[in-house]
Amino acid sequence: MSRITERFKQLAEKGERAFIPFVTAGDPSLEDTKRIVRLLESVGADIIELGIPYSDPLADGPTIQASALRSLIQGTRLPNVFALVRQMRAEGVSVPLVLFTYVNPVIQWGTERFFQTAAEIGADGVIIPDLPAEEAEEARNAAKTYGVDLIPLVAPTSVGRIETICKQASGFIYCVSSLGVTGVRAAFAEGLPAFVQEVRKKTSLPIAVGFGVGSPEQAEEIGKYADGVIVGSALVNRVSLLAKAREIGDQEKAEKAFAEIVHFAQSLKASLR
Amino acid sequence: MYSKYPDERGRFGAFGGKFVPETLMAALNQLESDYRKYRVDPQFQAELQYLLKEYSGRETPLYFAERLTSYLGGAKIYLKREDLNHTGAHKINNTLGQGLLAKYTGKKRVIAETGAGQHGVATATVSALLGLECKVFMGEEDIARQELNVFRMRMLGAEVIPATSGTRTLKDATNEAIRHWVEHVEDTFYIIGSVVGPHPYPMIVRDFQRIIGDEVRKQMIEKEGRLPDTIIACVGGGSNAIGIFYPFLEDESVRLIGVEASGEGVDTDRHAATITKGRPGVIHGSLTMLLQDEYGQVLPAHSISAGLDYPGIGPEHAFLASSGRATYVPISDEEALEAFALLTKLEGIIPALESAHAVAQAMKMAPSLPKDHLMVINLSGRGDKDVQSILKYQGGRVQ
Repeated sequence: MSRITERFKQLAEKGERAFIPFVTAGDPSLEDTKRIVRLLESVGADIIELGIPYSDPLADGPTIQASALRSLIQGTRLPNVFALVRQMRAEGVSVPLVLFTYVNPVIQWGTERFFQTAAEIGADGVIIPDLPAEEAEEARNAAKTYGVDLIPLVAPTSVGRIETICKQASGFIYCVSSLGVTGVRAAFAEGLPAFVQEVRKKTSLPIAVGFGVGSPEQAEEIGKYADGVIVGSALVNRVSLLAKAREIGDQEKAEKAFAEIVHFAQSLKASLR
Repeated sequence: MYSKYPDERGRFGAFGGKFVPETLMAALNQLESDYRKYRVDPQFQAELQYLLKEYSGRETPLYFAERLTSYLGGAKIYLKREDLNHTGAHKINNTLGQGLLAKYTGKKRVIAETGAGQHGVATATVSALLGLECKVFMGEEDIARQELNVFRMRMLGAEVIPATSGTRTLKDATNEAIRHWVEHVEDTFYIIGSVVGPHPYPMIVRDFQRIIGDEVRKQMIEKEGRLPDTIIACVGGGSNAIGIFYPFLEDESVRLIGVEASGEGVDTDRHAATITKGRPGVIHGSLTMLLQDEYGQVLPAHSISAGLDYPGIGPEHAFLASSGRATYVPISDEEALEAFALLTKLEGIIPALESAHAVAQAMKMAPSLPKDHLMVINLSGRGDKDVQSILKYQGGRVQ
């Protein structure tokens, strides 16, 4: 059983939902990412998504795009993210880790080699938002070979495709809350609970909802019908405060930003218990 | 054997496909089935042919460039005058087609991306004609380079949205257009401007542009009684080139030459020579040749021409390059400017800077070819839009 599957099973036994935060690796630095991951783990993050920064992030809104850019400017590339994960595992980070990457860096590294490396360094899952089911055969096979979960996205427009996508999935199903790119939203698609229900009919895997979840209230609401909640942009907004503090070399402001990240993560986790 | 592509997965050999967020997959599948339906729909075709003829002014002439031919002293050079289309470029062939598709499928809103502004102007024009609401995404840097076209789009009623991310050129305008489409996919038609993007776009745009090559074939047989020997066209995304190449793919005697912008040189990092210097990779939903670093980050492209500085290329061109059916060569900013000046002075035709790249390649090749060698240059657009940037480049002097 994969670490991700195991985590969902434990949560189900406790009647809790998974809190799945996202941060971009290397924003504002790899050292800071390491500290953020440790903090998130310590406040009870169930799975952590680590974004591999990319120059042309088609599925992301301005917040995560800016975050990726900060990381790229620092020089973060795929091998640095791999090294970071390897190091965190060596230092005892045990929370399930999922790599979020666009398909081009995977192709350049070599699809099979990418999953092999992911397994070696201790990553548990991979999300590739621009790799739809039709193009994913090689990645699926590699994921299977190396025991890494390839987590697919399902969108509100996926009607008629849900079954195919779910059949090929492992780990969990990532349900996109609404049309659009990542980013905090005031409201979700009206039919979100029904949509999740529809997906649930086609799979026995856990379902996590992401894209636009920005507050503990929203997380609590979604937690009523989904098994997990993914929070990206709202968290990255807080990381951007850290980036600002680093830019001006203000240690006090940086510490405040860390505290804010912890406070926000705690409130999200609490809303899902 | 070359013209049968794409296959059912949208692949041109190893290239093409659909690498997009899941949100768009249903829309792309729907677009493909709509297109297959209307492609053979007599009413749709009649309306399109009517507009191409009466509105855009097709067919465009295949003009024998006598002075250029005698100046270069070799091959007999013809210019396919796509610059004489309504709005001044080949782009209108495609926007009329896709605009009609939008109308037939009940979409009231369209979006587009543009580099030099020619596709933006063509989309804004068709939107005005068909009563569609239109948004055009354009890089901030291109907005500055192409003020005239920005003004034209606004007059035509389009909203021009500046793309402020990345290199602030065509690549980023395309990213922003795709992101906007993800959000409004249910009521918005995305009119892609070149043979790029996820399947079925490269196929649809090619089919709407093949009219260029179909006409050349007919016109050359009328004028010379045989097929041309060499066809030269510039390549950014590559829609004018595939349009003129496609009807000749099975005629192995016809040499097909695509001209990439090598900007300040292929040995610098300021160029847009995707086939010459790129590697297979994914950009804007398609697997193609791509300028990128070792780890797959997309590199900025440069050309003096806002229409050519694109780090990718249509997947069908990547396929034709890999199979050897077409040859792709680099032309620099300087060479393009020289060709721009020469064609203007010799023929009284001011070409788009994009097209000037094709003219420059003809200048290189024609002198050493025999006088009965038939060469066609695709003059994809007119140069009014570029006059200002050339003036700036030359420090305000008319040379």
